[in-house]
Amino acid sequence: MTTVIEPAIARSAKSGVQPLLAIRTIAKSFGKNPVLRDISLQIAEGEFLTILGESGSGKTTLLRIIAGFESADAGEIVMESERLDLLPPYRRRVNTVFQNYALFPHLSVEENVGYGLRVSKLSKDEIAARVSEALAMVKMTPFAKSKPANISGGQQQRIALARALVNRPRLLLLDEPLSALDANLRRQMQVELKSLQREVGISFVFVTHDQEEAMVMSDRIALLRMGELEQVASPREIYSRPATAYTAQFIGHTNLLRGDVRGNVARCNSLSWPVDLPDGPALFSLRPENIRLVTSGVGGADMNLIRFGGKVQNQAFHGATELLQIVCEDGLMVSVRTATREGRQGELHLEFSPADAVPVRESAERG
Amino acid sequence: MFSRAYRTAITLPPLLWVALFLLVPYALLFCYSFWSVSPSQTIVHDWSLDNYRELFRVNVYLQTLFRSMWIAARVTIFSLLLGYPLAYYLSFYAGARKDLFYQLVIIPLWVSYLVRAYAWKTILGSDGVLNTLLQYVHLTKHPLEFLLYSPFAVVLTLTHIYTPFAILPIYASLEHIPRNLVEASHDLGASPLQTFWRVIFPLSIPGVLAGATFAFVLSLGDFLAPLLLGGPSGIMISNIVVSLFGAAYNWPLGAAISLCMLLLVLALLLLTEKLEKKWSFR
Amino acid sequence: MSDARSNSRWLPWHALGVFGFLYLPIVTLIVYSFNGPGVGGFPPRNLTLDWYRMLFADDAIWESVLNSLIVAFAAMGISLAFGIPAALALDRANFPGKALFRRLVLLPLILPGIITGLSLLMLFRAADVKLSLVTIVLGHGTALISVATTEVFAGLQKVDRAQEEASLDLGANYWQTFWRITIPNLRLSIIGAALLIFTLSMDEIAVSFFLIGRDNTLPLEIWGRLRRGITPEINAISSIIFVFSLIAIVGWYRLRINAEGKPETPAELVEVAQVL
Repeated sequence: MTTVIEPAIARSAKSGVQPLLAIRTIAKSFGKNPVLRDISLQIAEGEFLTILGESGSGKTTLLRIIAGFESADAGEIVMESERLDLLPPYRRRVNTVFQNYALFPHLSVEENVGYGLRVSKLSKDEIAARVSEALAMVKMTPFAKSKPANISGGQQQRIALARALVNRPRLLLLDEPLSALDANLRRQMQVELKSLQREVGISFVFVTHDQEEAMVMSDRIALLRMGELEQVASPREIYSRPATAYTAQFIGHTNLLRGDVRGNVARCNSLSWPVDLPDGPALFSLRPENIRLVTSGVGGADMNLIRFGGKVQNQAFHGATELLQIVCEDGLMVSVRTATREGRQGELHLEFSPADAVPVRESAERG
Repeated sequence: MFSRAYRTAITLPPLLWVALFLLVPYALLFCYSFWSVSPSQTIVHDWSLDNYRELFRVNVYLQTLFRSMWIAARVTIFSLLLGYPLAYYLSFYAGARKDLFYQLVIIPLWVSYLVRAYAWKTILGSDGVLNTLLQYVHLTKHPLEFLLYSPFAVVLTLTHIYTPFAILPIYASLEHIPRNLVEASHDLGASPLQTFWRVIFPLSIPGVLAGATFAFVLSLGDFLAPLLLGGPSGIMISNIVVSLFGAAYNWPLGAAISLCMLLLVLALLLLTEKLEKKWSFR
Repeated sequence: MSDARSNSRWLPWHALGVFGFLYLPIVTLIVYSFNGPGVGGFPPRNLTLDWYRMLFADDAIWESVLNSLIVAFAAMGISLAFGIPAALALDRANFPGKALFRRLVLLPLILPGIITGLSLLMLFRAADVKLSLVTIVLGHGTALISVATTEVFAGLQKVDRAQEEASLDLGANYWQTFWRITIPNLRLSIIGAALLIFTLSMDEIAVSFFLIGRDNTLPLEIWGRLRRGITPEINAISSIIFVFSLIAIVGWYRLRINAEGKPETPAELVEVAQVL
């Protein structure tokens, strides 16, 4: 599966330090279409935040509002005690890496990188020094005189990055910059981008629809759904403690168990386990990897684990692991992730710990 | 995929037609330019450079040619000055009305040339609309004579006719500029004016070159506007050619001038092509 | 882009000014075709339809209109008959002199019309062909082949090659495929080209000037009268020509839009700009 690169220093939104960027109750509609509703978010210094969402969730619109290419209908954005949303894009200390890179075709690579510096009228020497520094940082020094048309997609992406970073912005926005790359290159770039961010130390706001990508790279993930934030948390947190059904299903695979709670006992079909919840209907997220095959015999089992049985309906090979679709006697279907083994047949015995059945909210229906 | 027979069938007829009706006539033009006309009005095939020498010897030909080029240059400059901002407006600001405005630009293009030239004639004359209007509102007491039968009238009319020719290629090249380049430029700190000069204008140069070429070449070879509106001081090189094929009856000399015009136009087109390659970034 | 607007408030005014410049002369022409005392003289008064009445009674004009129509249709036929294969040839065949052919076909578009006209005149002279409507038809047809070629060539780029391959695969031969698949796919380009050729031929003067025999085309008839002096009758016929051109070009444009969904520069201008 994926590897999450641990931050060297744990970052906390509650550290008491003033956030770099504060987004307050931002709303935006296109015509009659509300695209963003009441978004509030804070971005800390030096953090790698990913805005994750499906297409149409509003994530690109939010990014463009921060960059200045769209203006919000309501709310404000404050950066270092200054109203950012009142400034035109060319006066914000924010730079963007565009989805299709938007390199200037009539300028060479080094002219592209130095564009922002030339516009702010720095001295020729200063510009040359910073440009070569930026090119070295993205390992593109030999291509300084080339034209964008003559370099590959991955190389263009690095130049787009250098062009933005050379201006030393307070915040870097990245609009799905890796989506045009093939899978292997993409994985490589994810690692490079992350270490680059560490090296440079500025805040990155990264937009993507790929939840694996988000988990690999981010310090925090802001999950956006239909214009509202579902959950904002670190990758580990959002994976193991999803707040809503949507979050649980969007990030990784999960089983959603619908049941009732009565007298601190949750019942879902023929399964039941102890919970500390008020009475009423409840929804639980149980990750496939948290359902294990019973190894020992029926006796000697850990009494806290909930056991059940079922037949294998489908077996999907994923390399190191496989995903099994199990049908239980009462018709309940669950997915189970285990180590690969050929030809599973017949009745299987499965178990899980109640602690792994995370209660989640229903996701609100949104128009 | 296509058989030999198919390819021959689609290639041969047009090739033959073009050879007969374009290649041969141009070749004849070439030959005529080296011949001369006898006093009895017959064409003598004496193969000499006399006509060309005549061109350089007699002042009026070169003078008229330079005047024509000067008129064409002015038409080009005005067409670009009028046309570029309009094309820019259309591409970047027109929004929902872009379609309508585009139609408004191409309509004059296809309305009869004669109609448009005639319209200016009725407007600019001493009894014309403009003069009587000015007198009516007491801005002038007497008709302004220079308005008609002058190079001014020719430049004005040709600008009117060829500005749409300039607008279209400029508009096309502006449309081809990806909008995210404009956003990227703003993102990097360039104001809208800086963005225009550093990004938009350089990328629109091929369109500007094409528009300028059309305006220049087409007005250089124009003979109608000068005839209708130019008066004696507005004669252009094509008028001389026309008269040499008419009343002045000297086909060979006319052919020689035509050939020079042709070569001039071809040279210009070659130059434009080279420049466009230099400024095209695809 | 919202900020940019404040910096260039003059742009819409400039645009308005240029549109005014382009249209006012024509509007003036039309207004004065109803003017009592004739052309000139501000303000227009005594509005009348007299000039239109005179126009409709004018036989010579109608004869020239008929001639122009005959020429236009015939020229359309020639241009399409040779222009469509030429476009196909440029797209699919390699033959010696292809580059020359391409440039040669486009020359009449960019060269001053009189050069094409007088070189054709020399041809007819040499072949001892008498000047008449036929020679004009040959002239227009030749000069306008390039319009057909460029329009159809542009349309060809958008045709799915796989359709023709499918047709051949299913058993149709080249000729059948050409009529059943290729031509229908090019329908819009051909109609667009035809409209353009027709309009251009109706207005053509430069080439016709040299190739004219006894029968006048409409532009040359008007031209002759202009030499003799201005009459408001000409305003009337000009206004009518304007209306027809308007219909023709809006029709052409709508065709294009329906096919491609967005406005495009006439293929000729793009082609000439790139190929030459």
